[in-house]
Amino acid sequence: MELTGAEIVCESLLKEGVEVIFGLPGGAVLPLYGALSSYPNLRHVLVRHEQAAAMAADGYARSTGNVGVCTATSGPGATNLATGIAAAQMDSVPMVIITGQVPRAAIGRDAFQETDVTGLTLPITKHNYLVMDVVDIAPAIKEAFHIARTGRPGPVLVDIPKDVLLGARAEFVWPDQVNLPGYNPPGEADSNQIAKAAHLINQAQRPVILAGHGVIISRAFDELRELAEKAQIPVITTLLGLSSFPTEHILYVGMPGMHGMAYASLAIDRADLLISLGMRFDDRVTGRLSDFAPKAKIVHFDIDASEFSKNVKVDVPVLGDLKMALRQMKPQVDKNVRVDWLQEIDTLRSEHPSLYIREEKEILPQYVIQQLSEVTKGEALLVTGVGQHQMWAAQHYRFKEANTWITSGGLGTMGFEVPAALGAKLGRPDKTVWSVAGDGGFQMTMCDLATAVENNIDVKFAILNNSTLGMVRQLQDLFYGGEFTATLYSGNPDFVKIAEAYGITGIRVTDKTQVAAAIQQAMDTPGPVIVDFIVKQDEHVFPMIPAGESVNEMMEQPAPEKITR
Amino acid sequence: MSGNGQYHTIIALVEDKPGVLTRVASLFRRRGFNIASLAVGHSEQKGLSRMTFVVEGDEYTVDQATKQLDKLIDVVKVSDISEVDLVARELALIKVQTTQETRGQIIELVQLFRAKTVDVGSQSLVIEATGEEEKINALLNLLEPFGIMELMRTGRVAMVRGKSDGQVSDDFGISYLGNGKVVTEASEIGSY
Repeated sequence: MELTGAEIVCESLLKEGVEVIFGLPGGAVLPLYGALSSYPNLRHVLVRHEQAAAMAADGYARSTGNVGVCTATSGPGATNLATGIAAAQMDSVPMVIITGQVPRAAIGRDAFQETDVTGLTLPITKHNYLVMDVVDIAPAIKEAFHIARTGRPGPVLVDIPKDVLLGARAEFVWPDQVNLPGYNPPGEADSNQIAKAAHLINQAQRPVILAGHGVIISRAFDELRELAEKAQIPVITTLLGLSSFPTEHILYVGMPGMHGMAYASLAIDRADLLISLGMRFDDRVTGRLSDFAPKAKIVHFDIDASEFSKNVKVDVPVLGDLKMALRQMKPQVDKNVRVDWLQEIDTLRSEHPSLYIREEKEILPQYVIQQLSEVTKGEALLVTGVGQHQMWAAQHYRFKEANTWITSGGLGTMGFEVPAALGAKLGRPDKTVWSVAGDGGFQMTMCDLATAVENNIDVKFAILNNSTLGMVRQLQDLFYGGEFTATLYSGNPDFVKIAEAYGITGIRVTDKTQVAAAIQQAMDTPGPVIVDFIVKQDEHVFPMIPAGESVNEMMEQPAPEKITR
Repeated sequence: MSGNGQYHTIIALVEDKPGVLTRVASLFRRRGFNIASLAVGHSEQKGLSRMTFVVEGDEYTVDQATKQLDKLIDVVKVSDISEVDLVARELALIKVQTTQETRGQIIELVQLFRAKTVDVGSQSLVIEATGEEEKINALLNLLEPFGIMELMRTGRVAMVRGKSDGQVSDDFGISYLGNGKVVTEASEIGSY
């Protein structure tokens, strides 16, 4: 039986095991929505802004490891997706985006709602397609999913003109395999490279593991833990590597870099070997490259060859799937104890108590996260955007379970925390999901509270509300002579009333003794809840290594007088 | 080509699909790699085009450019052949001003350079020259005083020379027997 292009899209999505699609319809993509009504197994979640569709698909993909799917119409629908697509590309998130395009005859004529979507998304996708023939739809979608989920994952966009979705018909033929001669993602690592890596690890006196997002993507949690424990190597995680290793583990050091733990950055500074696992030496991690890890050789495991020596010169690159590579290497790594090195790091930790929280009358945002960690027992799934709230969450949450941290790392996207949390909760309905937001980011995407309400997506929103664009204000205070231009949010809405307007529970917390109780109350209330924590304004995130500087220029907060944790 | 950097020759086999050139060009622009020249045309295999890039930059730049190119889905193979014994050629069409007096001198130069005169007008000649860039540069230097009215250069096309040991290796490190059958697959880019 011949199907329309739109029906072929739906059949293809079912073949790929898709369960949920985030989207918002419009003219050019309407044929797809027409077909969706006949495919009840493809759940469509209607958003209020296409940006949320992309970000929810991102959250869904990260929480499940499956490909996230979103859709939008041509022109503004597609351009609204762009921020979410770019975020997924930067953070290597598998996603397939299906956009409607104006009919073939109208392409290139500046038709109503026409945008060159494949041109627009070329640098922010792993690959993209403009499908000009109905018989090409199924192969393009199969390839898109294959490319999105294999190798270094990423977003793949499929743009389909309206008349290819609607007018044209063809048999649905699902290809047995993809035909991509130019795409061969690495699998097992080269045994010589594995041997060289193991040799350096066995020789090292002061090694550290730098665990990145790759550990989470390849689900190499057990392998990371086995390597660390067998050879007694301290573990440092990047921002996106958080939750790849338990925070409470004796070998866990912390996050390094711009707002990382001072002792983690100092450990890298003193190390003689970095074992870098699926991370890319982002400038937030390294600071000034010439001063980064000056004494260390570097073993770099990655699935993307272009990451080797891109920012930092690597001594032994190991190309391949991280989980497989670590398994290959395990028998060659010697048992070790490294008492002196671990003690030295412990000394750094006590000399530089980066997690110390002061006593203040007002609510400190760090304290909110610390309490969130306590009340949820470190077992919640946290989703954040970018800024101060993100850094405090990264610093103070004590992750117990793998893959329970979703944040906009590479692109650093405000507003990500709301829709990504919705997607994450749909992907992992068993988990308590907390969206930790700033009042700035929350207002960028809070229109999608409607999506949470409509679909009863049980996400708890914690707003660290300081009525400022906090991180920018911190930079203004430290580096722009305190010229606080355009960072005071004096017209913020009443977030409790916002909650009420959406028919959900809103709780305001102005007293620090009520912080834990409010968190508990939110957890005890079914459905979405907003907790508006009024926190101290102009609190800075410390430690801080200013952009482009090194660990030697690190600013730490004044020495503790009274330790509260 | 101008500038003080080193020049590297990179060749790529790419799928002959719409937008491939855009992807490649966009990659070079975005990553800040400087293309000194780029030539594209059909390869010996149906559906595959062959590109020759001359990239200006240091080892780091070329290493990154090669790896980033290899990441493009439509790029099937890519290889930096700068260090290899290769045949490199460029074609130039040069329109030179002539007078009764100068025409003879110019034709003499054309012959010395084993170039061709492909069009003769009353006040101009069109010369076709093929060779390495240096040869074309030298010819242009000598023609300059006569007045170069128009110039079109194709940019470098390059191919690795054959070997004398009975095996033929293509430019991407794949060896063939005489009958064209593949014997060994070289390691992928980036696998070291």
